[in-house]
Amino acid sequence: MKTTNKMKLVIESRSVNEGFARAAVAAFAAQLDPTVEELADIKTAVSEAVTNCIVHAYPSTVGLIYITAELTDSGTVKIKIRDRGCGIADVRQAMEPLFTTLGGERSGLGFAVMESFMDKVKVTSTVNKGTCVTMTKNIASR
Amino acid sequence: MPVQITSTPKKITALLTGEIDHHNSAVIREIIDQAVRKQQPQLLIMDFGGVTFMDSSGVGLVMGRYRTVQNYGGKIEVANLSKQYYRVMRLSGIERLAKISVREAVDK
Repeated sequence: MKTTNKMKLVIESRSVNEGFARAAVAAFAAQLDPTVEELADIKTAVSEAVTNCIVHAYPSTVGLIYITAELTDSGTVKIKIRDRGCGIADVRQAMEPLFTTLGGERSGLGFAVMESFMDKVKVTSTVNKGTCVTMTKNIASR
Repeated sequence: MPVQITSTPKKITALLTGEIDHHNSAVIREIIDQAVRKQQPQLLIMDFGGVTFMDSSGVGLVMGRYRTVQNYGGKIEVANLSKQYYRVMRLSGIERLAKISVREAVDK
């Protein structure tokens, strides 16, 4: 599997950038000629990961969110969304559907959506250092 | 306006338009809550017919409004979800609490 194209994007953790981030990643992934549904899946997963950075990683400050995307010759898109925020003490618990530390208007479904809409999701995190979410989706089926 | 409110004495319909994410949902929530608090309708219909994107913030929006109307004994209905939004909604199990319907027309 060879990487055919790469992009990097660094954005500030402002909620207004959520729309920009998912549109930018989707526009890049569009090179693989995905279906409308596949593109919507990617947009939704990216939106969840970026929102997590804004809401959880940097709860009271504006930090940087590092996004990379890679396309491969086998039709896979690999998206990495990384922050240098507060980190997650218990990743397994954070990934449980409906688990949320915030309550109220947050559904606790962010990771469940990423896992449901992408083929593979990996989360690594260190408290006070940050979190990295790596997601891949295969677009090769057409 | 990301949401248009239509009200009759017993029912409020909130037609949602545009993209629903964490950023946009705050404004939508304010507008719906203002109308609901004032009127306390028996039924609140959240119509997703004009929505072009939705992530799990849409689920939070529905769950939050469910709690609001439930406080005074009201009900909530979620209408016109695309198949994509329905998949997100279904992860929450919200269909056990509210009537949910999916768009029949072709998705945008």
